[in-house]
Amino acid sequence: MPILSKNETQALLKKVLAYSKADECEVNLSGTDGGNIRYARNSVSTSGGISQVSLIVSSAFGKKLGIATINEFDDTSLEKVVRRSEELAQLAPENPEYVSILGPQIYAEPITFVPATAAITPKLRADAVAQSLKVAKDNKGVAAGFLEDSTGFSAMMNSKGLFAYNASTNVNFSITVRTEDSLGSGYATRGYNDVTKLDTKTATQIATEKAIKSATAKAIEPGKYTVILEPAAVAVMLENLFFNLDARQADEGRSFLSKPGGTTRLGEKLVDERVNIYSDPLNPELPTSTWNNDGRPQEKISWIEKGVIKNLTYSRYWAQKKAVKAIPSPDGAIMEGGTKSLDELIKSTKKGILVTRLWYIRTVDPQTLLLTGLTRDGTFYIENGEIKFPIKNFRFNESPVIMLNNLEELGKVERTVSVESNVNYLIPPLKIRDFTFSSLSDAV
Amino acid sequence: MLPRIPVMGRPIDPQRALETIDVSLKKQLADVALNAARGKGASYSDVRIGRYLNQFVVTREEKVENIVNTESYGMGVRVIANGSWGFAATDKMDKDSIAKAAELAVAIAKENSRLLTEPVQLAPQTGYGEVSWKAPIEKNGFEVPMKEKVDLLLGVNDAAMKSGANYITSLLFMVNEQKYFASTDGSYIDQDIHRMWPTFFITKIDAATGKFETRNGLSAPMGMGYEYLYARPEDKVQSVTTLYRGRYDMLEDAKAAGAQATEKLTAKSVEPGKYDLILDPSHLWLTIHESTGHSTELDRVLGYEANFAGTSFLTLDKWQSKKFNFGNKLVNIVADKTQVGSLGAVGYDDEGVQCGKWDLIKEGILTNYQVTRDQAHIIGLNASQGCCYADKWSSVQFQRMPNVSLQPGKDKKSVDDLIKGVEKGIYIIGDGSFSIDQQRYNFQFGGQLFYEIKNGKIAGMLKDVAYQSNTQEFWNSCAGIADESDYRLGGSFFDGKGQPEQVSAVSHGSATSRFNGVNVINTARKLG
Repeated sequence: MPILSKNETQALLKKVLAYSKADECEVNLSGTDGGNIRYARNSVSTSGGISQVSLIVSSAFGKKLGIATINEFDDTSLEKVVRRSEELAQLAPENPEYVSILGPQIYAEPITFVPATAAITPKLRADAVAQSLKVAKDNKGVAAGFLEDSTGFSAMMNSKGLFAYNASTNVNFSITVRTEDSLGSGYATRGYNDVTKLDTKTATQIATEKAIKSATAKAIEPGKYTVILEPAAVAVMLENLFFNLDARQADEGRSFLSKPGGTTRLGEKLVDERVNIYSDPLNPELPTSTWNNDGRPQEKISWIEKGVIKNLTYSRYWAQKKAVKAIPSPDGAIMEGGTKSLDELIKSTKKGILVTRLWYIRTVDPQTLLLTGLTRDGTFYIENGEIKFPIKNFRFNESPVIMLNNLEELGKVERTVSVESNVNYLIPPLKIRDFTFSSLSDAV
Repeated sequence: MLPRIPVMGRPIDPQRALETIDVSLKKQLADVALNAARGKGASYSDVRIGRYLNQFVVTREEKVENIVNTESYGMGVRVIANGSWGFAATDKMDKDSIAKAAELAVAIAKENSRLLTEPVQLAPQTGYGEVSWKAPIEKNGFEVPMKEKVDLLLGVNDAAMKSGANYITSLLFMVNEQKYFASTDGSYIDQDIHRMWPTFFITKIDAATGKFETRNGLSAPMGMGYEYLYARPEDKVQSVTTLYRGRYDMLEDAKAAGAQATEKLTAKSVEPGKYDLILDPSHLWLTIHESTGHSTELDRVLGYEANFAGTSFLTLDKWQSKKFNFGNKLVNIVADKTQVGSLGAVGYDDEGVQCGKWDLIKEGILTNYQVTRDQAHIIGLNASQGCCYADKWSSVQFQRMPNVSLQPGKDKKSVDDLIKGVEKGIYIIGDGSFSIDQQRYNFQFGGQLFYEIKNGKIAGMLKDVAYQSNTQEFWNSCAGIADESDYRLGGSFFDGKGQPEQVSAVSHGSATSRFNGVNVINTARKLG
């Protein structure tokens, strides 16, 4: 089944809803068509393609909900899946937190679909990888990388007249180049909706240069250092903050946003006043869906403004209970930056450490959002505005909240990809003072 | 690498989970794929027809939050053409779609062969003909009435709340993989695999200070049926808290957890420094997984995971030397895909190799790795060790970890014997925060419960504890392992590796063990 257009989707979903006998019925339809190519040791290792379409029917009788799914689309199958969801609803225990489905909503027109990305062929993928491999081989590097693209659509319709449709494309690329003697390693990652922006050659050149320059790293003492975190390193720290903006957790007293006496930090200044973080589904550099999976519109929302927590995310149930607007979790986040390039941030640093990438980030204490993890694939010592020498990797124990209070400078915003979640962000490189490195690692 | 977020499939009617697909139909469909691939010039092909069933029952406090049944059914075909791998998958199970997927896999292999440096070299594998394997479970969890499961979880929540918890989420997670494998070597293998994971997450809040503490269930995910929840006195291990072997008393653990989460709020914050650690199997499994399980994966050693999960410090020269001291003489670590009740137990792996057991670390020395058919020749083996796995029909199979376990001590030794000898130490129970570098040297682990040991005796609860070490240093600091009677399994449903990332379920067994002079840090911080 190909990627369905808005009109085709609408016709199909109307047909499904016509079979419904429940108090409320909501139907979600989504499909993806994608491919990937993976390489290591300067050679392609695995590669594949997959396409899938799935229809989910949710039927409710009172507060009893039943859900069923199918991937066949003839009339008999469609009626069968509706009946099955209704049977399951009748058998289900009542959910006291069930909230009645939404009526029609107004959504902005999404800008997430790029035809060039939807037209990617196995040959284009192999050509992009061939360019990357050439750079690595010409420089006596050993490349391992991954290119993955997907074209998808998602739609929903319900018995109260809501209809939403979104088509999107995405391509993510990451490359690690190691020196032949395994003493140096470098990394770069790119993510776009539009594949014509992807330049695997330049990304591989950056990774190769970092690999060569990071060889023969020296050990320096762990401790508190000024660091310049490249956007890929900032992303994996800050997404732990973005993912933990849930109002219910904060209200219940089990979040870094909870305060003594049952209140929260909503509306309070939490970090440096130069920190502004928001989401905007219509940002041309990071477009995302204009609605979420329960039909709520995704709008431009400020999360942190001048260091103050401006908004939290809500389930529809919790928003109703608290009588506030039910703001959904965003699909991407944007942090405002400054005007300086990464080189300029290095130039203005007397003593510090440049971090390419952070790895295996896990929460140590949810109360303070204390995270641990390690530097990886290019860590360098800076003195008097210059990179002096590569250094061995460190383990850190640091909270993104403390980190954003120790902000020195922000660089220019770039689109980057989290190696932990695969989510894309617009994020600047950050210079942070007193970043806590707690031990050394021998890993290259 | 262990992710934080569970994966879901597509929802279905619970009754459908009890249906099976006729094996003769699966053979017919598999032959369509094998013949189509051969017809397009593949020199080898294998096909996996998979039906993956999950059931999640999730409750919080006095409410049922979610009951989800999911099914995923489809097939993946892998081929070698022009010396290169190719793969394609489809969920359209008609003969035309299957043949087309096989043809696409061959086309992809041919396209990629121009980027190849050396052709794939498969270890020989004799076909087994038509064979089958079933996990030896006593009670299929999918057959247990939903009311029984819901009543159990709501009872668990009630017990935890009554003993002091403010919030609890409890869940049952059941998995049934019905897998069919066929290859041009002449194997047709039908397997039925079951897994079960009951657990809970408790939070206790001190409203006055705004502080909170958590305590997770001390269960292990197991390669078992619902019988794991039928507690028996002989499976209980009495320690500072009750611990479980083979069967789990969820109600009893929840009751203890509510009180322990409360006790944690006022526990002493640890003084950082060097301590002798006594690690319970409910904790040690994760340290074994990260430091030993992953470092002995041959694909990592060779660089196939360099861009994501990383490489390994256990390079081939260390193995070739036959004298690399991974640990001291007490340390014997075994790979085993046959262990009854473990998550990794299967009859055959996902490239049709019968599974077995072998030494990874023998008396401290690195002796072997984990390999698949296309890697066996690299370490001079003429057969695979059966370490190939794909998490879905739509995923490409690749090298995954078997169960990797620390062998118990040979001499009679109890947990009390271990604690008695410690002057300044910490006894750690349950797994907590975890992180390790990309070559598996430097790691940091937390836990669920921490008890201070002073002069051979438990001196009270500690909090804010995490320890940091280096794999080789840590395993060389091993100073005692309890005997077989204390041996228990831990494990994970969600070991992550590969791009696109795939999960796999794996167990790690051990008896309580002592490690000397490990660096402990204090994890408490203040915000504003």
